[in-house]
Amino acid sequence: MKILTGNDLRSGAVTWWNGTGWSLFVDDAVDVGDDAEEILAREEAARRVNVPYAIEATIDAGGHVRPAHIKDRVRALGPTVRRDLAVPTADKTGWDWVI
Amino acid sequence: MAHNLGTSPDEVQFRFRDDEPVDHGTVTVDSALEQTNANAVRIEPGDDARLLLPFLDRLALVEVNFPSFGDGRGYSAARILREAGYAGELRAVGQVLIDQLSHMRRCGFDSFAPDKRLDEEDALRAFATWENVYQRAADRRATIADKRHEA
Amino acid sequence: MYKYDQYDQAMVDARVEEFRDQARRRLEGKLTEDQFKPLRLMNGLYLQLHAYMLRVAIPYGTLNSRQMEALADIAEKYDRGYGHFTTRQNIQYNWIKLEDAADILADLATVEMHAIQTSGNCIRNISADHFAGAAADEIIDPRPYAELMRQWSSFHPEFTYLPRKFKIAVIGSETDRAAMRLHDIGIRIVRRASDSGAEVGAQFFAGGGMGRTPMIAPLIRDFVPLDQLITYAEACLRVYNRYGRRDNKYKARIKILVHELGAAEYTRQVEEEFAHMLSVGVEPPHEELARIAEYFAPPAFVDGPKTLDRSDPDFALWVDRNTHRHKHDAYVSAVISLKPAGGIPGDATADQMRLMARLAKQYSFDELRVMHTQNVLLPHVRIADLHAVWTALEEAGLGSPNMDTIEDIIACPGLDYCSLANARSIPLAQRISERFAQSGRTEIVGELKLKISGCINACGHHHAGHIGILGVDKKGTENYQLSLGGSEAEDVSLAKITGPGFDEDGVIAAVEKVTDVYLAARADGERFLDTYRRIGMEPFKEALYGA
Ligand code: HEM
Ligand code: SF4
Repeated sequence: MKILTGNDLRSGAVTWWNGTGWSLFVDDAVDVGDDAEEILAREEAARRVNVPYAIEATIDAGGHVRPAHIKDRVRALGPTVRRDLAVPTADKTGWDWVI
Repeated sequence: MAHNLGTSPDEVQFRFRDDEPVDHGTVTVDSALEQTNANAVRIEPGDDARLLLPFLDRLALVEVNFPSFGDGRGYSAARILREAGYAGELRAVGQVLIDQLSHMRRCGFDSFAPDKRLDEEDALRAFATWENVYQRAADRRATIADKRHEA
Repeated sequence: MYKYDQYDQAMVDARVEEFRDQARRRLEGKLTEDQFKPLRLMNGLYLQLHAYMLRVAIPYGTLNSRQMEALADIAEKYDRGYGHFTTRQNIQYNWIKLEDAADILADLATVEMHAIQTSGNCIRNISADHFAGAAADEIIDPRPYAELMRQWSSFHPEFTYLPRKFKIAVIGSETDRAAMRLHDIGIRIVRRASDSGAEVGAQFFAGGGMGRTPMIAPLIRDFVPLDQLITYAEACLRVYNRYGRRDNKYKARIKILVHELGAAEYTRQVEEEFAHMLSVGVEPPHEELARIAEYFAPPAFVDGPKTLDRSDPDFALWVDRNTHRHKHDAYVSAVISLKPAGGIPGDATADQMRLMARLAKQYSFDELRVMHTQNVLLPHVRIADLHAVWTALEEAGLGSPNMDTIEDIIACPGLDYCSLANARSIPLAQRISERFAQSGRTEIVGELKLKISGCINACGHHHAGHIGILGVDKKGTENYQLSLGGSEAEDVSLAKITGPGFDEDGVIAAVEKVTDVYLAARADGERFLDTYRRIGMEPFKEALYGA
């Protein structure tokens, strides 16, 4: 599926398009299908997100959203070398899927 | 006559000179080299400003185009003209933005025709950003080092 | 150390207000991201993988305890309690908010610091030998010249939209501890005989760099008189600004211009521009250099013991590894290692910064240096005080005796933090340093400079590593290329790739294998690099890829 991600303009935090707004949690990301361009243009113009882009992702057996590219998986959770600073998700599967 | 290039005086948003602006368009550097009567020229980023040095006294307007604000060749072109004694109008045109104004002014530009009009208040603040300066440049302001050591 | 006067202070204060205004206009939508980006970059603010990243300048790596404490406060107040010291003697914070950035710059300005021109296509923070003013082999302290150039390059009206970034390093000794010839301009301050005795001037090298086409800067002028230093630099920059390539970002650095024109032609153009500039008169008054130099007068060293009690072997090892000969024989320079085995190279917590600040105040004339090796230096420590310094460092986890060893790894942030990365750098550094520390091989191998970059931009200087590792993307997985034989010192050379890349485990094993080859082949007193230069690539290739 296709999901959208970017950074919050004010805080810089990594965010994910959840269908109505931008969430801090990758698991909230929704499939945007063919609407990517339109949503990206609208949201960026409204400054609700900064430099957003569309990426490929899948949903795993546990229902978790998994970005296809390693870079976006690192963005989803945080630096692999500072796990103490991870985004506090409800996903308890740990870091195995990131790398 | 290839006078169809360039900005008209109406498009000039800021001008720091008292003389009458040239009322017609500019020609390319190449044409200026051929036409002995051209008094207004437009410099593109790839042009060598030094080609104009032999004709400076007949020029009244030089436009320096910034098709993209990130291309800084026009700053060198401007200084080179001023260093050679050019005293006519030096107009920055194209993608001229608020945050480039103070540097352009220091390089010798004395008129500005941005392709999108700038917020007046923001622009006036930008022109006044630097009460003092570190480098000697075309504006001939006394530098900080000069002030530190003036007798 | 240099101290701001009212002018310097007013300049950084004005810059804070300018940036506050720019950030406001961005948040109000008056600036697009495309327009804002170069402006924020010129204040060191990137948008990185997880948040905004702020790079703070530490001009020529020198700072005092108050400044180090301010860096600690910023780490706690605006970031997540730590910072990352970089190879260009800066510090980076990884978790900054745009809406805080102007306040951070304002805090920095209160301690005479800034983030001006730490990014963007302008003249960047000027770096220098981290042992400046301290090293026994120094001919001339390069810092006054670096400070003169800092002022000249700050807000330079002509050179703020160069084809690409521009980095300058200044040294003042034969030994090169600043990777001088891998900079866009490298300057060595030299002394030559003249009618009136000795005359000081600057040797200019231009067109060095790393990145995807690494190049060693050729000499372009053997001697620039000191009262023409700025004029000559201005001429170098003007030729670059006018003729550097702008059609392709990857060919825009000055190294490509110098390479395409040839050093002789570039030099000719610079000389022509220089002759013109001399007539224009852009040089600051000569008294300005004298004024700046006064701030760098040597501190009041006092005589004291020149030997120490070596009965504690751990202490003795640290002294042997981490201290450096000083001009004054009762002193040494002491390296604080930010490379604990298994740690993140260059990271320091706020508490560690405060401890370093305290030690500087107490034992090093209130001075610290950020080293291009991502360590911190106490430049002037009395030999009599060394044990106390070491004890305090040990307690804080800052006492690793590993300067210039394989544990002293330079690593860029890599895929853990950097949006341009192909692969992670930090975990490799952690695993390699841990492995060598545990097996005790660090000491056996001796001096070995290992440098890791997470992509071809080469922020981790991998081209200049005795061993270099480069992260590449192999069908969406991390892969690493190994290279051997680089050096950024006075014996500068570029490393050569060994062959096909490795996965993470593979490259760590490969590093061990090449050190095996070295240990088996080394002659008396040879470093890894010397052995490699003598025996060549083949034996290493054989060990890595042979049947
Ligand atoms: C995480 C954010 C960073 C980004 C986005 C970044 C980006 C880049 C890029 C694009 C280049 C290549 C420039 C070129 O060749 O034109 C480069 C070079 C370089 N970077 Fe970084 N960098 C980052 C962090 C660092 C850090 C943390 C250090 C120090 C440890 C560093 C030190 C260098 C050095 C020394 C070079 C020089 C190579 C040269 O002269 O060509 N960078 N960086
Ligand atoms: S080398 Fe590449 S991965 Fe590493 S910090 Fe530089 S740009 Fe990022």
